[in-house]
Amino acid sequence: MKKDIVNATLGILVLTLLLGVLYPLVVTGISQVAFPGNANGQQIHLQGRLVGSKILGQNFDANPRYFQSRPSATTPPNNAAATTFSNLGPNSKATEKAIATNIAAYLKLEKPYDPGLTAAQVPVDAANTSASGVDPDISQANARIQAHRVAVVRHLSLAAVDKLIASDTAGRGLGFSGEPGVNVLELNLALNRMAA
Amino acid sequence: MTFLGWLTIFLFAAILTVLAIPLGRYMAAVYGGERTFLDPLFRTPEHFLYRLMRVNPEREQDWKAYARSVIVFSLAGWLLLYLILRTQTLWNFTGLNPQHFHSAPWNVTFNTTSSFVTNTNWQFYSGETTLSYFSQMAGLTVQNFLSAGVGIAVAVALIRGIVGRSGTSLGNFWQDLIRTVLWVLTPLAFVVALVLVFQGSIQNFSGYLTAHTLSGGSQAIAMGPVASQEAIKELGTNGGGFFNTNSAHPFENPTGFTNLVEMLAVLIIPAALVFAYGRMTGKRRQGYAIYATMMVMFLGAVVVAYVAEAHGSPAQHAAGLHTHAIAGSAGGNLEGKEQRFGIAGSALFDTITTVTSCGAVNSAIESFTGIGGAVPMANLSASEVIFGGVGTGLYSILLYVVLAVFIGGLMVGRTPEYLGKKLEAREIKLVVLGLLITPLSALFATALATASHAGRASISAAAAGGPQGFSESFYAYLSQANNNGSAFAGYTGFIQPNAGSLGSHGVTFATVVGGLTMLFARFVPILFALAVAGALAGKRISPAGLGTMRTDTPTFVVLLIGVIVLVGALTFFPALLLGPIVQGLTGHLY
Repeated sequence: MKKDIVNATLGILVLTLLLGVLYPLVVTGISQVAFPGNANGQQIHLQGRLVGSKILGQNFDANPRYFQSRPSATTPPNNAAATTFSNLGPNSKATEKAIATNIAAYLKLEKPYDPGLTAAQVPVDAANTSASGVDPDISQANARIQAHRVAVVRHLSLAAVDKLIASDTAGRGLGFSGEPGVNVLELNLALNRMAA
Repeated sequence: MTFLGWLTIFLFAAILTVLAIPLGRYMAAVYGGERTFLDPLFRTPEHFLYRLMRVNPEREQDWKAYARSVIVFSLAGWLLLYLILRTQTLWNFTGLNPQHFHSAPWNVTFNTTSSFVTNTNWQFYSGETTLSYFSQMAGLTVQNFLSAGVGIAVAVALIRGIVGRSGTSLGNFWQDLIRTVLWVLTPLAFVVALVLVFQGSIQNFSGYLTAHTLSGGSQAIAMGPVASQEAIKELGTNGGGFFNTNSAHPFENPTGFTNLVEMLAVLIIPAALVFAYGRMTGKRRQGYAIYATMMVMFLGAVVVAYVAEAHGSPAQHAAGLHTHAIAGSAGGNLEGKEQRFGIAGSALFDTITTVTSCGAVNSAIESFTGIGGAVPMANLSASEVIFGGVGTGLYSILLYVVLAVFIGGLMVGRTPEYLGKKLEAREIKLVVLGLLITPLSALFATALATASHAGRASISAAAAGGPQGFSESFYAYLSQANNNGSAFAGYTGFIQPNAGSLGSHGVTFATVVGGLTMLFARFVPILFALAVAGALAGKRISPAGLGTMRTDTPTFVVLLIGVIVLVGALTFFPALLLGPIVQGLTGHLY
């Protein structure tokens, strides 16, 4: 027993140094040298100011000039320093209400530019909150609907906007894992570059 | 449902099997003391560690000595982790607490410490709003490695008991632990961490950032050494996220490809251990039979979850949302799921992490449909033997194998034997006790939580009434008793991120009862598993005769599945009916 206590005490201290200090430091060192952009969160700077991370969704405040991210359960929306799920249940009235609210907000923003749009056509990603609260992507169906609005507000042809959507769409991992997604921040940055 | 969705699921199972076979061969060599290609790299550090720890790796331990080392080492780990978490601000001098977070109160820390030492990683805290980088690294990451190492060591000891020839030795715990850490966990974690960063995970020590968004607002962005913790969190089937939203967070799991890598990382060691078992017993078909049992049950669970989630939820349909696939959107129940993973990638991930004791999630289980949410609960009800946790899965299913052999023996009227060893009253008693501890703890704690005033206060206020509230409590204790750590997260949502409710009556109940459940349901079954190993180690091996029941045939696989399902169903069916199944069978909104 006494020997076990000595082994365990020395063991936990030595292994903490090895696994809790040395291991993360070595991984950090290699990452910062080999993949500095990724390791620091793929920050995007414009004129010296940080405007966001390429892989985090941000809030575009229903600004009609921009494609909008998915609904987020964080406070404020798309808070990347306090992420949370909505935890809305499948058979809950609160869920029905939240989804109905999201659909109404989506239609309010898009319908003026796409008069034929109905609730039944709203893609699920536009009405359901994401898991992380900072989902960087929207579905292609969602992007194509929003393209009507963005094209009109920015005086661009729908074809030009659709082309941008295609170039900011990431495919599936290895061609099969996951779903394609349109990176909203990159798409909006590309739109701004076109205007400039 | 899409063709690519189904392809993802079945291709994943194929890739897993192809990778697990060579890793199993390698692990059998590591624990059998044979030469491996990493020996030149790790022999010297191994002996250096033994010297520092004053361990004599040659000393053989019987089951009691082995168990004593397991318990004392886990206790030492518990005390150090509690100390680190409670003195968080003391370590600010390292510069690894850029947000100057203070320690959580004693009850939350008790829960978190018990959670990580037991390989549970249930999270009553939110990583990015309460923990320093130092606590995440030196505290939680260390236990991610060591609780996994302890689980594997116990499994290896049980294997030695099964193959042992009339001795008492189960090997040496310290040697098994150090060899697991050096030869298995560290190299794999290192590779996976770098793959994650290569794909976009972050790994830095900077303070949180503030971005000025395009539309003129601001966005706070948490940073940290994420990839190094993420890698071992999956490989050690730990599951405690660096961030509150776990593997849904783009910094933890940035792409469809990393989703695949992380799913493989969760299952690779539990799967490989089964093949290692076949090699270490010298009867590879025994390993294949157990692998087949696990794979059949696993695929069954995934198929149900995928079909249920692709169908959509009653709340979506009531709100007028159409959930079938259209051009440019796969449809389905996307509430609490990420676009880049989709329905198949989310259903598969959460099934994987609930058949194992991982408990990481890339989507909100509470928002799964009734039947989709019943899948993780059914997985937990099978006591984590469908692959299960690293080590824990193997030693738990071996207990089930012994039970199945005994029941089979009763049916054909012969003295039950497993791999030539007679199973007698003592082993069967130990096996049954070992298997019943976990389900009983889960049911006892759930009953306490739903029947007592303090327990009821733990049910999220935000959750709608009806079956959902019961599911939250039931899932919480089912998950903690099985050392899983996933949650119907509304249960913890009521304290996070609203720190104001910390320390309230219901929180203290939930943290203390949860913490005790995790400790009890981790270490008591370990003692029983080692006791079984000790009882078997001393038995002579008699040659198989014509009447010996074979344990490597499809018939035995069916019998084993039957026993696992029967025990789980008899124990948990009433509780499952009250929660998710009611929701799954009705379109009613509560």
